[in-house]
Amino acid sequence: MQVPAQVEYEKATSVTQALSLLARYAPGARILAGGHSLIPMMKLRLAQPEVLIDINPIQALRYIERAGDELRIGALARHADLLAAELAGQHFTILHDAERVIADPVVRNWGTIGGSLCQADPSEDLSAAFAALKGSMIIAGPDGSREVPARAFHTGPYETVVGPAEMLTEIRLPIRPEAGSAYVKVARRAGDWPIGAAGAAVWLADGRIADVGIGLTAVGAEHFVAAEAEEFLRGQPAGEEAFAQAGQIAAAHCHPASDQRGPASYKRHLVSELTIRVLRTAVRRARGLAPAPGLAPAPGLAP
Amino acid sequence: MKITVTVNAVDHTRVVEPRLLLIHFLRDDLGLTGSHWGCDTSNCGACVVWLDETPVKSCTVLAVMADGRRVTTVEGLASGTRLDPVQEAFAACHGLQCGFCTPGMMMTARWLLDNNPDPTEADVREAISGQVCRCTGYENIVRSVLRAAGREGAGEHEPRLRVTPPQGGRAVHPGPGQVRR
Repeated sequence: MQVPAQVEYEKATSVTQALSLLARYAPGARILAGGHSLIPMMKLRLAQPEVLIDINPIQALRYIERAGDELRIGALARHADLLAAELAGQHFTILHDAERVIADPVVRNWGTIGGSLCQADPSEDLSAAFAALKGSMIIAGPDGSREVPARAFHTGPYETVVGPAEMLTEIRLPIRPEAGSAYVKVARRAGDWPIGAAGAAVWLADGRIADVGIGLTAVGAEHFVAAEAEEFLRGQPAGEEAFAQAGQIAAAHCHPASDQRGPASYKRHLVSELTIRVLRTAVRRARGLAPAPGLAPAPGLAP
Repeated sequence: MKITVTVNAVDHTRVVEPRLLLIHFLRDDLGLTGSHWGCDTSNCGACVVWLDETPVKSCTVLAVMADGRRVTTVEGLASGTRLDPVQEAFAACHGLQCGFCTPGMMMTARWLLDNNPDPTEADVREAISGQVCRCTGYENIVRSVLRAAGREGAGEHEPRLRVTPPQGGRAVHPGPGQVRR
C-alpha cells in the first residue's frame, strides 16, 4: 500500500493567496495542481513537501484564449481542455498531436498543463512542443510577474527557473503567418512515456524556411530543442533534402541514454527519422496541404 | 481537516488527514467498496470515479481535493433498482470476467456515452485506453459499451474473434491464420 507521508494542506482560491501561502511556507511547500506526478512521488518519498498548496480552486487560471497575436494558456488548464480547444488546434496543430498521446483520457481530465511543465520530466511532451513554438512562460512571484522564454524555463531534469516562492501562471504562444507544426511520439504502449518524440514548428517565406523550432523529448536534448538543426534549416528550401540533413544533425547533437525503453543508438535513429517526419508534416500544414489528422492517429503519424 | 464531499448525491462530512487518498476515503471511510483500489500509480484505472463531471483516477487524488465537490461512484450509476444501460450491457455482453476493472470501466463508459452518444469502436478503445483488464477481456468490454450506445450491430450474437479449437487436446496460442476477424 502506497500512501503519502503526513503533510499539511492549504487551499488557494486566487493567485495572490497562493503566493502569500508560498511566501509563508516556502521552501517546504509545493503547489498541488492535478497531482498526477506529485502524489505518486509523495507515495514513493521522492517528494516530501511539508505543505501542499492546492490551486485547483483558482478557476481564473483555467483558460485558453487569444489575446492579440498570442495564444494564452492558463497554468491550470487541463490536458483535456487543450485537446478540446479548437483555437489551439487551429493555430498550433502540434499541441493536439501531442495531447492525443499524453497519458490517457482519464489522466488528461485532471492533469494540468502548468503541472506538467513544472514537473519538468525529461520525457514530458509539452515542454518540447512549447520550445518548438518558441513560447514563453509567465511566472508570478512576490515582486510581480516575469516572462521567461520556454527555452530557458528548464534548468535540468525535474528543475525549472520557478523559484520556491513563485508559481507558473500562464503560457504564451506567438501566432505567426505561414506557420505549420507537428508532433510525433514513439512509445511502447498506449499512454506510456515516449521512447523518443519530436515536434517541429516552421514558418515559411517564399518557399523557404524563414524560421523553425524543433523540440525533442526523452533523448537528452538540451532545453528540449535541436538548436543545431534549427540553425542549419533557417533559409533552406523547405524540402526533403533539408529535412534529411536536419534529422542527421538533430540525432548527432542529442544525448539519449540506453535504458529499458531502448538503446541509445535506436533512440538516435528515432530522433533522425521523427525529425524528418515532423518537419515534412509541419511544412505540408503550413502550405495547407495535409489534412488535420483524425481523432486517433496511428502512433507513427500520417504524412 | 474537515471536508464535505457529495458522493452519489449524498453529503458526507468527515475529518480526514490531508494525505488520505480519495479511493481510501470512499472505500474505508464511507464503505463504498464498489470502486476498486488497484495499481496505486494511476496506470490501471480500477479506481476511476467521477469528480464533478469527469472521470479521474482516485488513487492519485487526495480526499481533501474533493472537498466541496461531487463524486460519483459505480454505486451511483443505477437509478434505484434500474440499472444504467452501461451496466445492463456489461451483463448482456459478458463485459466482465473477474470484475476488478469493471467499476472503473463502466464509469468511463458512462462518461464517454454522455459526451459521445454514438461512438465508434476506435472511440471506445481510446476512452478506456488508460484502464487495464487483467483478464484481457477487452473485446467484450468494447462490445458492451457499443451495445449500451444502442449499437446492437456490434456483434452481439457473433463473436468478433474466433479461435480454432485447440489441436491435439493442447491449448495453443492462436498463430497466423488461426485468428479470423
